Amino acid sequence: MEHHAPTTEFLGMTFNLSNVLMITIASAIVFILAVVTTRSLAMRPTGLQNFIEWVMDFVKGLIGSTMDWKTGGRFLFLGMTILMYIFVSNMLGLPFAIAIDSELWWKSPTADPTITLTLATMVVVLTHYYGIKMKGAKEYGRGFVSPLKFLFPFKIIEEFSNTLTLGLRLYGNIYAGEILLGLLAGLGGAGIAGALGAFLPMLVWQGFSIFVGTIQAFIFTMLTMVYIAHKVADDH
Amino acid sequence: MFNSLILGAGFAAGDILFQLVAFIVLLALLKKFAWGPLMGIMKEREQHIANEIDSAEKNRKEAEAFLDEQREEMKRVRQEAKAMLENQKQMADQQGQELIEAARLESERLKEAATAEIKRERESAVASLREQVASLSVMIASKVVEKELDERAQKQLIDEYLDQAGDQK
Repeated sequence: MEHHAPTTEFLGMTFNLSNVLMITIASAIVFILAVVTTRSLAMRPTGLQNFIEWVMDFVKGLIGSTMDWKTGGRFLFLGMTILMYIFVSNMLGLPFAIAIDSELWWKSPTADPTITLTLATMVVVLTHYYGIKMKGAKEYGRGFVSPLKFLFPFKIIEEFSNTLTLGLRLYGNIYAGEILLGLLAGLGGAGIAGALGAFLPMLVWQGFSIFVGTIQAFIFTMLTMVYIAHKVADDH
Repeated sequence: MFNSLILGAGFAAGDILFQLVAFIVLLALLKKFAWGPLMGIMKEREQHIANEIDSAEKNRKEAEAFLDEQREEMKRVRQEAKAMLENQKQMADQQGQELIEAARLESERLKEAATAEIKRERESAVASLREQVASLSVMIASKVVEKELDERAQKQLIDEYLDQAGDQK
């Protein structure tokens, strides 16, 4: 059951078509979810509006726990989008995987390190951008040599390690989940005994993967806010 | 050389670009169609609640002021009523007193008039009695002593009787 990615060359760049597909699907689902839940907004919230307002309050809480609202308020939309996009992405690979001619098409987009590292890099770049924008280049530069000058190399390493851990943590969790799901599915497809034996572990592992996917979405959003706060907050 | 950079996964610049663009587009779309309106309604609600709290506070204060006013008014009215009642009572007392006084005066007047009447009656009775007694005495005396007394002695005797009769009231 060795799968490989359906890649193609376009404009001199390599495109993993399954990633392109799944990114589009995840984005579309998030967009539809957000639009449906905010379709009929009312002062007295009902049903879906309650849910999306709960999400917003949740992200507000995340931001509020890392920086004060005056600085952090502008990151609310970013946080909500990251949280929902990663959550949906993590969930996409759970119910099934589709492979055509041993090319894996349907999977979590976050089960690919390229995607997670892209998101992680984007977040870290954003922290630098807002660090310079909100505190000024001088104050931003001073952040690298405070509290002590010799910490400078470590601060540089920290930036890279932050990016790597942020991306790879998400990738590892989701990829591992999908690997095991794939193995269990293979076992289930091997015969009646295999199906009977695989059913219960499959159930358990899918439940656990939902939990892991939720937690990872939360951690990614939380760390995003922590890194941003690290750069834009006045004291740390 | 990038092909096995991370855990054997291929380096796909296209994926990176696509993910970035997709995320930014998603962020922009959500901001416009979902988060923006949602944020707006939540802010509006916050504002609404704040307003409601303010107005409730204002209403409460107004009600309190009104209550105080009413309480004052009540007190005033009660005092007024009390004063009025006292006034009435005093007036009634006075009127009763006047009535009693008038009745007393009237009765006194009546009594006096009755007394005067009685006196007058008695006097006239005495006068008429005296006359009758006089004529009777004369008659009796003339019958008794017709023959024995002369005119002078008879008169003396009559006068004596008359005086006695006049003294005995």
